[in-house]
Amino acid sequence: MLSPESLKKIDQEIAKYPADQKQSASMSALRIAQQEKGWLANETIEFVAKYLGMPPVAVYEVASFYNMYDLAPVGARKITVCTNLPCALSGGVHAAEYIKKKLGIDFNETTADGKFTLKEGECMGACGDAPVLLVNNHQMCSWMTEEKIDQLLADLQK
Amino acid sequence: MSSQGIILADLDGDRTWRLADYVKRGGYEALKKIIAEKIPADEIIGEVKKSGLRGRGGAGFPTGLKWSFMPRAFPGAKYLACNSDEGEPGTFKDRDILRYNPHTVIEGMIIAGYAMGCERGYNYIHGEIFEVYDRFEEALAEAREAGLLGRNILGSDFSFDLFAHHGYGAYICGEETALLESIEGKKGQPRFKPPFPASFGLYGKPTTINNTETFASIPYIIREGGDAFLALGKPNNGGTKLFSVSGHVNKPGNYEIPLGTPFSVLLEMAGGIRGGRKLKAVIPGGSSAPVLPGAVMMDCTMDYDSISKAGSMLGSGAVIVMDESTCMVKALERLSYFYFEESCGQCTPCREGTGWLYRVVHRIENGLGRPDDLDLLNSVTANIMGRTICALGDAASMPVQSFVKHFGDEFAFHIEHKKCLVPPQVQYEGSKIYVA
Ligand SMILES: Cc1cc2nc3c(=O)[nH]c(=O)nc-3n(C[C@H](O)[C@H](O)[C@H](O)COP(=O)(O)O)c2cc1C
Ligand code: FES
Repeated sequence: MLSPESLKKIDQEIAKYPADQKQSASMSALRIAQQEKGWLANETIEFVAKYLGMPPVAVYEVASFYNMYDLAPVGARKITVCTNLPCALSGGVHAAEYIKKKLGIDFNETTADGKFTLKEGECMGACGDAPVLLVNNHQMCSWMTEEKIDQLLADLQK
Repeated sequence: MSSQGIILADLDGDRTWRLADYVKRGGYEALKKIIAEKIPADEIIGEVKKSGLRGRGGAGFPTGLKWSFMPRAFPGAKYLACNSDEGEPGTFKDRDILRYNPHTVIEGMIIAGYAMGCERGYNYIHGEIFEVYDRFEEALAEAREAGLLGRNILGSDFSFDLFAHHGYGAYICGEETALLESIEGKKGQPRFKPPFPASFGLYGKPTTINNTETFASIPYIIREGGDAFLALGKPNNGGTKLFSVSGHVNKPGNYEIPLGTPFSVLLEMAGGIRGGRKLKAVIPGGSSAPVLPGAVMMDCTMDYDSISKAGSMLGSGAVIVMDESTCMVKALERLSYFYFEESCGQCTPCREGTGWLYRVVHRIENGLGRPDDLDLLNSVTANIMGRTICALGDAASMPVQSFVKHFGDEFAFHIEHKKCLVPPQVQYEGSKIYVA
């Protein structure tokens, strides 16, 4: 079950598509569901499927195809660092190493207190801002020097 | 961000993206003129043809010609899609267009809708730039409020509506038919062509897909004329173009310059190479374009014809600059990992081949390369190219072929000596966190 606010947002997305093409809203519905629940459990995916009148497997296919959906629990803050070549040339890998050291975790791991998960990302279309990272998929942080990473992690601890 | 062109000109970052600012810059004049003078659709397409505008998404296909493929008389729904999925490593221009000048894309799409008889459009926005998706939604609301979108635009009998759709982390959705599948709420696996989208596109209806920057060029072409746009660039390479410069330069960023500008001038605009080091190599059109040695690039001008003559592609206009501190094997290893990770898995040569390429480059980089590995790489790419539904297989192969071709000595050194030609400390210093 999703909250009335989430359902309202999903309804707005459905309205963008022709009346007989509700399934087009599956990507945004999953995004909205993930924002509410933190990650996409099977029952959440099934709920979205029912809401859009789709077979659950079709929605699961979408959820598992796109990298930004989480099919397993993640920390309260998911940090995704871009390490693709253009970023790497300006310190993307160094920024990721620095975060690993600070949090004491590797990529695809979560801190023991459940606060942070670290992911390696592909090009985010922001290479001029390298090093770049995303917090919980939607907040982009640019030009991440060690000082700015310290500040960000301190803010996110709160 | 700097502009000698038409899309990013006269912008002041986050302060000038709203409808009122755009109108002050001459925005929506082109649309108003079309509506007021009832300009026939053919004339608009003719003007776009005259402009020499070529698709800014990567393939450089002439836009006017593409538009003329749409069966305007086809009864029923026809669609327009804007490709803002910008996931080609090195490319970050559409993000700036959408956040700093969203209305120029909206106006371009409305005009395109008018010219091709489409009733509806979708702008597919890369998931990782979600803040831009939110902003685009706001810009759409402004346009709707002002009667520029929706039923009976500006009181005419022309109706067109436009919506935003977001990706959520899949490079393949930049491929136009994967993008359509994704708008249909499916996983983004490319379709067989033919049928081409102009006959069987979104929801099975005729559809035209263009890149964000392509649409953003349209208002100027209609307002000032195709000839004026053409004159900004050079013959067959009309207009100005955004170049996203990344890598070892002092001032990474977007530069909007006339097509035909020497690469050396662009490099200078971007502040030159960092730390006084020497230019080694450039990928001139996004990670899928063949890499070129620095010396070859210094003789090129930034346009489709010159870069293609030098053996690469202007692609999306993403210029990745590497200086002498770069290990070319390591650089290729990262790119190969990307294509392996992003192959949609539909075609066997691409699914298996991209993994194979990555594993071989990875072992060379890690001192486990074998004497015949370079031949192996070439043979794997030969077995991928042209044998897949979409061009991702080619996109994964071209970097491998060109890195091996131009920097084969460095690969051979790795295989023989089990270490990098460029000392690790030099690499480390060259690619430290750098913020201009
Ligand atoms: C793997 C792959 C990824 C692509 N990614 C993009 C992209 O991010 N943006 C884009 O505009 N075109 C991309 N393209 C090209 C599109 O398929 C299509 O040619 C383009 O959007 C057409 O627009 P244009 O004619 O205005 O350039 C990609 C193609 C392939 C094969
Ligand atoms: S390579 Fe990191 S955002 Fe493009």
